[in-house]
Amino acid sequence: MSNDAKRLFQRAAQPAELLITGAHVLDPRTNLDEAHDILIRGGVIAELGEPGSLDAPKDAEIVKAEGIHAFPGFVDPHVHLRTPGQEYKENIETGTAAAAAGGFCAVIAMPNTDPVVDDASILRSLIETATRQASIPVGFLAAITRSLKGDELTEMAELRDAGALGFTDDGKPVVHAGTLRKALQYQRLCGGVIALHEEDPDLSGDGAMHEGATSARLGIAGIPSLSESTMLARDAALAGYEDARVHFQHLSCVESVEALEHAKSKGIRVTAEACPHHLTLTDDMVRTLDSRFKMNPPLRSEPDRRALVEALRSGLIDCVATDHAPHASHEKEVPFEQAPMGTTGLETAFSALFTELVLPGELELEVIVHRMTEGAALYGLPIPRIEPGQPANLCLVDLDARFEVGATGYVSRSANCCYHGRTLQGKVLLTLAAGTLAFRAPILTAAPAVR
Amino acid sequence: MNRIGRHLLSIDDLDRASIERILDRAESFDEVSGREIKKVPALRGRTVVNLFYESSTRTSSSFELAAKRLSADVVSIRSQGSAVDKGESLKDTVQTLSAYDPAAIVIRSPHAGAAGLVARWTPAAVINAGDGKHEHPTQALLDVFTLRRRLGSLDGANIWIVGDVLHSRVARSNILAFTQMGATVTVCGPPTLIPREIEALGCESATTLDNLETADVVYVLRMQHERMRDSFVPSLREYAERYQITTAKLHPGQLLMHPGPVNRGVEISGEAIDSPQALIGAQVRAGVAVRMAVLYELLVGAPTLAAVAA
Repeated sequence: MSNDAKRLFQRAAQPAELLITGAHVLDPRTNLDEAHDILIRGGVIAELGEPGSLDAPKDAEIVKAEGIHAFPGFVDPHVHLRTPGQEYKENIETGTAAAAAGGFCAVIAMPNTDPVVDDASILRSLIETATRQASIPVGFLAAITRSLKGDELTEMAELRDAGALGFTDDGKPVVHAGTLRKALQYQRLCGGVIALHEEDPDLSGDGAMHEGATSARLGIAGIPSLSESTMLARDAALAGYEDARVHFQHLSCVESVEALEHAKSKGIRVTAEACPHHLTLTDDMVRTLDSRFKMNPPLRSEPDRRALVEALRSGLIDCVATDHAPHASHEKEVPFEQAPMGTTGLETAFSALFTELVLPGELELEVIVHRMTEGAALYGLPIPRIEPGQPANLCLVDLDARFEVGATGYVSRSANCCYHGRTLQGKVLLTLAAGTLAFRAPILTAAPAVR
Repeated sequence: MNRIGRHLLSIDDLDRASIERILDRAESFDEVSGREIKKVPALRGRTVVNLFYESSTRTSSSFELAAKRLSADVVSIRSQGSAVDKGESLKDTVQTLSAYDPAAIVIRSPHAGAAGLVARWTPAAVINAGDGKHEHPTQALLDVFTLRRRLGSLDGANIWIVGDVLHSRVARSNILAFTQMGATVTVCGPPTLIPREIEALGCESATTLDNLETADVVYVLRMQHERMRDSFVPSLREYAERYQITTAKLHPGQLLMHPGPVNRGVEISGEAIDSPQALIGAQVRAGVAVRMAVLYELLVGAPTLAAVAA
């Protein structure tokens, strides 16, 4: 896969000069799992050493991190930053700040904005905004079809030239197989991963939650799992036929995992992501009729959740993505069926997975760290590594710190977080992204170890 | 003594003892309805707001009568011609009405969970008068009231709920209430109108009327044309052919119920409606007494019956 790092954009910032002392470095790709000092000079990891072995140069700040973990910075291949057009929900500045607060050092933004990113001039202006507002690197996917209508292809080659990392109609499926097939063929010319939101709108109907016992109880129209898995199977077959490279977004059910397994076993070039909410919550939460639990795809059953966790563990599902989808309070404070779909997720992704999967023993910590960074590779981006010579992309996390989600507000402009009010464990204290300091927890909420 | 909660949003809010308590209270109010002056002063000086976002005849009129017979001041708001028409959100409407300090808000909405949201936004007691396809708890209570009067007890009764279960909030509340009171419930209808996994509510399901004879009570649901986006049945003619309850399909001794309004000749034949087995008129009459009891239990609570009848 080519190195597409030049398709990431952020504002200029001072390179970090830091000595992090005594942090427990866990990087599954360099097989590090022990305490180290980390010296960062000019935004680059200059040296790793035994705790206490490195001295801080005069101009470097010292961060005491004994008892704190250092992970490679997370990469989120699926966020909605809402710019252009819906800045009342989020913008590039608040969205990237929320990402940094969650330990992310890069995110990939979806094009279902207003207007849709389906034209090179819109993409160029978006990139220009990112170079002024983004506190961490942002990559942009452009639309597969004009206005996400599913009919005509966008000028994919020109969009790639303008900086698009790949393509998606996310939020909607590409309903017509013939249209998707042409996009897959065209990929041979322009490159760029094609990411797919898999859903058969005819099966979804006006469904607002997973179809099952809970939807039967609540009298809310259900979205059957097959709505996702049948489309995934269809598109995997198309990708195999055209030898295209596709990525399946936000898998939610056991049937999709099976279809994905079949596609991979055939050697088709597919990858897939799963979201923290689908990995940790089920449709049982919807019994409250709280619209924070309304997302698309919907929260599904416990067997679905377990299948996703197992697929993430085995690597069948390649990476974690948040599908961070901010909505304003006035949009979400309506009856469940009327509310827009989506939950925010950047600030809680790691903590939710750590609390709900690692602590109970469902998944190992290093698996979570690996899958939260792997999204970079899927889009041809370098994977963050804690290794001398690499740009500083890392986060410091206090695995003992517990906090109530939302108690002190959110960095994101929106508050529609499905973990709102829950106590989670594992708090991000500091994030370095592309060599710059992108986030530091406010002094009062930081663990005493970091000064 | 069993005290029911602050709101009535779902049949799940009530255990069997609470249901019995409301029904016992309704019996005493039914006596009031037989008097020449059908009024008690229980809610004098207090305000009840009826907020109806969907058309309704019997529910809205019986809530209004119930509140008035308890001497409450009643404000009835329908979405048509109100600020709702001008795009005001539910939250803003509720907060505005709450400024009048009502004791209770009765809400009917086309959306599941609307009553629960209202309860979060107002200090008033909230009564769910139907939220989408979710629940209609006072309908279930009046149906249990009607049946209890007729049968003495629902324990062991076999009740069939026939028709469009998918779109029916009455079906959901009634399955819960009937089973809570000891009855066995079977839902029956075309497979396209029976929700997948409905058995999780504690009922059986059937797709033909073949075993209807086992029922003690046949509860017919309205075909909800207004809530159907797609064609769930090929035609009303074919539906009526297979599922319409007629006097020929009813067995002697079976009781017949319907929440209204009926589609004569669709889910139920005119002769069946008018047959002596039908309790439809009794259901409507029970509506006022049961809603008086619900208002009373939520707003006044425990005091003695003597105070009510004073």
